[in-house]
Amino acid sequence: MSANHALHTELPAEPEKATLEGRNKILGFWLFLGGECVLFGSLFATFIALRDKANGGPTGVELFSLPLVALATILLLTSSLTSVMSILAMHKKNVSQMVVWLVITALLGLGFLGLEIYEFTEYVHEGHSLTSSAFGSAFYTLVGFHGAHVAFGLLWLFALLATTGKKGLTVVTAPKYFVFSLYWHFVDLVWVFIFTVVYLMGKVGI
Amino acid sequence: MGHSHAPKKKGFLMDYLTTVDHKKIGILYFVAGGIFFLMGGLEALLMRIQLIVPNNTFLNGATFNEMMTMHGTTMIFLAAMPIIFALMNAIVPLQIGARDVAFPFVNSLGFWLFFFGGVLVNCGWFLGGSPDAGWTSYPPLSTSFSGFGIDFYALGLQIAGLGTLIGGINFLATIINMRAPGMTFMRMPMFTWASFVTSALILFAFPAITVGLVLLSFDRLFSANFFNVANGGNEVIYQHLFWIFGHPEVYILILPVFGIISEVISTFSKKRLFGYSSMVFATVLIGFLGFMVWAHHMFTVGMGPVANALFGIATMLIAIPTGIKIFNWLFTMWGGQIRFTTANLWAVGFIPTFVIGGMTGVMLAAPAADYQYHDTYFVVAHFHYVIVGGMVFGLFAGLYYWWPKMFGRMLNEALGKWNFWFFFIGFHLTFFPQHFLGLMGMQRRIFTFLPNQGLDFGNMISTIGAFGMTIGTIIFLINIAVTNSKPKKAPADPWDGRTLEWAIPSPPPEYNFKQTPQVRGYDALWVEKMAGNKGMTPAEPLGHIHMPSGSILPFIMSVGLFIAAFGLMYEKVSVAIIGALITLLCMLLRSLIDDPGYHVDPTEDKGVEA
Repeated sequence: MSANHALHTELPAEPEKATLEGRNKILGFWLFLGGECVLFGSLFATFIALRDKANGGPTGVELFSLPLVALATILLLTSSLTSVMSILAMHKKNVSQMVVWLVITALLGLGFLGLEIYEFTEYVHEGHSLTSSAFGSAFYTLVGFHGAHVAFGLLWLFALLATTGKKGLTVVTAPKYFVFSLYWHFVDLVWVFIFTVVYLMGKVGI
Repeated sequence: MGHSHAPKKKGFLMDYLTTVDHKKIGILYFVAGGIFFLMGGLEALLMRIQLIVPNNTFLNGATFNEMMTMHGTTMIFLAAMPIIFALMNAIVPLQIGARDVAFPFVNSLGFWLFFFGGVLVNCGWFLGGSPDAGWTSYPPLSTSFSGFGIDFYALGLQIAGLGTLIGGINFLATIINMRAPGMTFMRMPMFTWASFVTSALILFAFPAITVGLVLLSFDRLFSANFFNVANGGNEVIYQHLFWIFGHPEVYILILPVFGIISEVISTFSKKRLFGYSSMVFATVLIGFLGFMVWAHHMFTVGMGPVANALFGIATMLIAIPTGIKIFNWLFTMWGGQIRFTTANLWAVGFIPTFVIGGMTGVMLAAPAADYQYHDTYFVVAHFHYVIVGGMVFGLFAGLYYWWPKMFGRMLNEALGKWNFWFFFIGFHLTFFPQHFLGLMGMQRRIFTFLPNQGLDFGNMISTIGAFGMTIGTIIFLINIAVTNSKPKKAPADPWDGRTLEWAIPSPPPEYNFKQTPQVRGYDALWVEKMAGNKGMTPAEPLGHIHMPSGSILPFIMSVGLFIAAFGLMYEKVSVAIIGALITLLCMLLRSLIDDPGYHVDPTEDKGVEA
């Protein structure tokens, strides 16, 4: 770290966009997120088509517990905020502050994932599973895809944090943090739609 | 690997396994796609032999279903797409004056994912049955009435599709960010424009089939209920997802070919492309409309008259930008000094053939009429006119045109013309009678038919034509062999070209341009030629060029997913986890180990040898 202090003063204002590689990475990642929108759009469309096909099993109205899902929502949306704070810290070239915000992001993400796993096991006990009905298949595929995105994001974040101490903040590493925060925002944004379409609309039964 | 000086020279095999050079990846795409093309062609020939006479017993029904499915799947996903990617890789960075694509590593990964996905789809031949539910694999046929083969289809295409998706992202980023100074969007060659729009279509279309295949796999592997009507499922969802991908896919295939035809016709007419900006507009419009018409594949599903009418009208609208293109090509030739090289023969042969395919397309777009045409040989004739008569002709044009740039040798022109005429006449013999067979009621995908129903003669002619196409293809292979035995001495600019790729040696050095060129107009090289300059004006001083290091990781990552797919199919969870871990570990390594690359000095001769 100390060896990098000299470098920090030389780092440009937005180190993630300082090199062509960095700009390519950010552009490429935005494009990737465009494709991800279609992916989740297709999953949402499938879910909407099948959401009332519970096949005699438990429906959304019976299953969903809004306090639990609201808590998960708060955790994930807060983690979006903390990932922004980490990028702000990065722009101030304050690596230790950036790491602190990223660790908080990871903890909130882990909390969300724990709640989701708990929620899924509860549902399975109540007879709502991937194989129980078309509603079950669509629910676990949509929400599960999102959960897998969160899990992958956490693995990614751990890999980034593991190397921060050694590599520090450079024009090579800065785009990685930035791109991760883009990804994390996207995953949160998808959750906003899941919360609305799956849980809120499912709970009131419209 | 990964030192700041030039890496050790690798053996041929290791060189190609680890390469991140877009020109070598282009060759890999061409070779792999070419092999799959021959396999798909062989499957087509076997089907035509079965259909040469009524009540034939050359293939039984089950084998015919496998042939028919694998022919379609192979040709679309494993032959057409990769050969397009071969040309995009080989040419697009050169046309925009770039030293490489935006993500060389991802480029290599895209190829290996496609390759192992393709191998996986074909593994069914040896492991208990190939996919046999048609290239569309609609449920419930593909869930309740098909064997193990569909798993190869669903998982293989999933892996190959991932490769295509990241390839598309790569070319979008490359074309947006890596253009040489002065290469504005409205100065880009048409092939680059077409590749750009195609990449955008790939980006927004492929995730839909990803989801479609995921749902299909979940139903098959994990007993989910997406398409199980008894438990509340709905099969039409699959059809929608498939065609939301599937219709843009046909424009993904044809748009780059429109670009190739534009380049070839303009070069061999010695004229600027007529109506360049309207050509760009038409390309973008076709790309846009391509997403609005998917349900015209589903007119007979029962969506109702309003939906059918809307999708029918939207489909007919596409004839407008396509017509703009056809007239622009004709006007480019008008008054030009036309040279009928093999490349130009293919391009000129393309125009009327594609127009016929377009006309039958408009006929099919009328929902009321489509009720008659649906699932008959009329449809088969239509899409072979646009895909073979359109795309394959265009790919041949592109291959003859760019072969010297890709391989440093000129293909033989005499053999090329034999190749063209056998293929061209064989093609029309094969598919023209199929229009009438369809109108007379011959259904597609049937493995035999009864005599004396008016179908005997047309089928006989069609099979004879298929042999003509086969001979044409064999002549092309002979041409490649003959050309390869000659020394590598193609000139930098054999056709009196107009675009940047002809400003550098054939084949180009690994860094492409010694100095990034300054672009001063559309047809960048032609502008300099007309100004009396010898080649491009450099935009930077001579200096060391930074190159990315090769890597074996993309290959291992793809092997990991290949293993994981087998684990899923054979319900060996441990194998699936091991495969996935291999891939994740490679991703981790890629993230942890920064690649410093190495530097090449373009003034040293040895630097030129890649």
